[in-house]
Amino acid sequence: MPTDTIDIDRSIGDFVYPESHEFDAGYGLTADTINYISRVKSEPEWIREFRLKALDTFLSKPMPTHWASRDLEAIIFDNIRYYLANGQRPTRSWDEVPEDVKRTFERLGIPEQERKFLAGVEAQFDSEAVYSNIKKAVGEQGVIFTGSTEGLKNHPEIFRKWFGKVIPTGDNKFSALNSAVFSGGSFIYVPPGVKVKHPLQAYFRINAENFGQFERTLIIADEGSEVMYMEGCTAPKFETATLHSAVVELVAMKGAKIQYVTVQNWSANVFNLVTKRAVAHEEAEVKWIDCNIGSRLTMQYPGVVLKGRKARGEVLSLALASHGQHQDTGAKMIHAADETTSNIISKSISVGTGRATYRGLVHVPRHLKHCKNNTECDALLINQQSRTDTYPAITVRGTGNAAQHEASVSQVSAEQIFYMQQRGLTEGQAMSLSVNGFVNDLVRQFPMEYSVELKRLIDLEMEGSVG
Amino acid sequence: MNSLLIKDLHASVAGTEIIRGLSLEIEPGKVHAVMGPNGSGKSTLAKVLGGHPDYTVASGEVLMDGDDILGMEPDERARKGLFIAFQYPMEIPGVSNANFLRSAVQARLPEGETLDATEYYARLYQKMDLLEIDRKFTARSVNEGFSGGEKKRNEILQMAMLEPRYAILDETDSGLDIDALKIVAHGVNTLRGPGLGVLLITHYQRLLDYIVPDIVHVMVRGRIVRTGGKELALTLEEQGYDWIIKDELEEPAAV
Repeated sequence: MPTDTIDIDRSIGDFVYPESHEFDAGYGLTADTINYISRVKSEPEWIREFRLKALDTFLSKPMPTHWASRDLEAIIFDNIRYYLANGQRPTRSWDEVPEDVKRTFERLGIPEQERKFLAGVEAQFDSEAVYSNIKKAVGEQGVIFTGSTEGLKNHPEIFRKWFGKVIPTGDNKFSALNSAVFSGGSFIYVPPGVKVKHPLQAYFRINAENFGQFERTLIIADEGSEVMYMEGCTAPKFETATLHSAVVELVAMKGAKIQYVTVQNWSANVFNLVTKRAVAHEEAEVKWIDCNIGSRLTMQYPGVVLKGRKARGEVLSLALASHGQHQDTGAKMIHAADETTSNIISKSISVGTGRATYRGLVHVPRHLKHCKNNTECDALLINQQSRTDTYPAITVRGTGNAAQHEASVSQVSAEQIFYMQQRGLTEGQAMSLSVNGFVNDLVRQFPMEYSVELKRLIDLEMEGSVG
Repeated sequence: MNSLLIKDLHASVAGTEIIRGLSLEIEPGKVHAVMGPNGSGKSTLAKVLGGHPDYTVASGEVLMDGDDILGMEPDERARKGLFIAFQYPMEIPGVSNANFLRSAVQARLPEGETLDATEYYARLYQKMDLLEIDRKFTARSVNEGFSGGEKKRNEILQMAMLEPRYAILDETDSGLDIDALKIVAHGVNTLRGPGLGVLLITHYQRLLDYIVPDIVHVMVRGRIVRTGGKELALTLEEQGYDWIIKDELEEPAAV
């Protein structure tokens, strides 16, 4: 179905929100910006101080270009608006949305209302009904599921105890930036023994703040509880803002299980620089499922600090670096107790001039016993100019600890494509089939709705990679 | 008009001419065998007909039921009814046999039409039984970790499912023990019929004991130098290729 058959009321798309200083911190970042954000959000004093301290840290830290991409230098911090409240994000008309983005919506079957939001035409997507049902259902179990601002205001006794503890402000330049200007994101507390049946989804809480640039998420799963959180969607998220820098902290208490699923498909102008880390206490399990498809440059390495005996950490990472993109992803596993195990499975696909980088940190200190790590890291190159790099840093000391690392780089061979073409598949279909085959065992572990959409998305990307 | 007609075909790979003026016509319902010594260009012929991008056709024509296929993409040729059972079938990691075949069958349907999954599986299982293939096979990745025999059986299964007009079997007997050979031959024989033309490429006569050809051609240095009935294969079995090669060298103009 061609794009022009989409039946939309274009007058809605042409709507532009009035500028209002009440909810706009303006451009650039100074102490005034921080004070402004804190005042508008009516935050407690401790948070304002936390933010100001973080600003100092941010300003004092150099760009990590000694190891990371020099492309980071293209970020001009003075040209960024650090706070826009609900409804105050810049908008565009539907006509300004690039054709390929529209086509992708079409192919993924995204409902019209969501398309406009995702394309940045509308600032809000009203799914409050769906969201409040879930909120009600989990609320009855005593689960707190709210925004970060509400979390810090209404539940300070839990929030303060963990906020900024898993990822300290000074962890890196961008965690410091987030700590200074954060808004949006989720706060979740799951009481002991509660197993949350519904995956909690940021997707159902779509509004400007949630899909904002500097969201902050804190999830605490108390003893023996279980929760799954999903953020993002496979549909391209069209942004006018060029910097997205989130911080996500997870705490899994004794025997708790947390699964955190991210599907990132920002538009190709976005720097996506995210810090994600979890602490897993005794016998707890944390699993990050991280899928990066969009953005200009993504840098994120979800980590687990295995703090308690028999804690388990897992990262499943899938990156698709299309033409002009750089997906710099990976995982960190810090073993800090006996009998802890970690598993990292990373698959990347580089298309056109796309570049996929894997960075993995596995640390097992000398005094620990019976720790295990398994790392598998596979890269697939589609075109001649495609690029992949692997930087594993594995330090396993002491006796009785084991780590295994397997890495592979493969190419879809011309012979393979010819074989499939001889069976009647077009070159594009053949390419998507082999790429889907490459990621298949990983995608199978993703939640169903994501794996189906991912498959379609790969089909779409591959069609463009040939001929 | 209805045939796979190859007329004075010249083709090369990496600048070296391998097919040098080859002519051949395969009619539906007939099984042609092409035999020849190593290096005579038999496998190249299969790849050129399939449209492999490494091979360049300098001149000549290949008409499938009257249509010139040389300008077509490999997948267009396939959908038009050309099938090649490869000597070395490729592995496709992570893609199950069931899925792969399903995509291939789906690719033959008119646009907008979707394959009926129940019917598809019923047909797949029926063909698998015919070739004595275990049901577990459907979930395995295409050719990955397959034995030589399994790979060849898989090629014939694909052929059975895709129902081509013309099938080229390239050294299907290589790497098969006698039991596997019998199963594969049985599969091919069941598919024989008035609607299918077969080109069997083989080095040895052995395969022809089980798939009896209607016509036997001998290919030497890129062209057909002898054509005869099935008894020609037996002569080759007894006397080898040397006498033909010698004749060929003495009569370079022979067509």
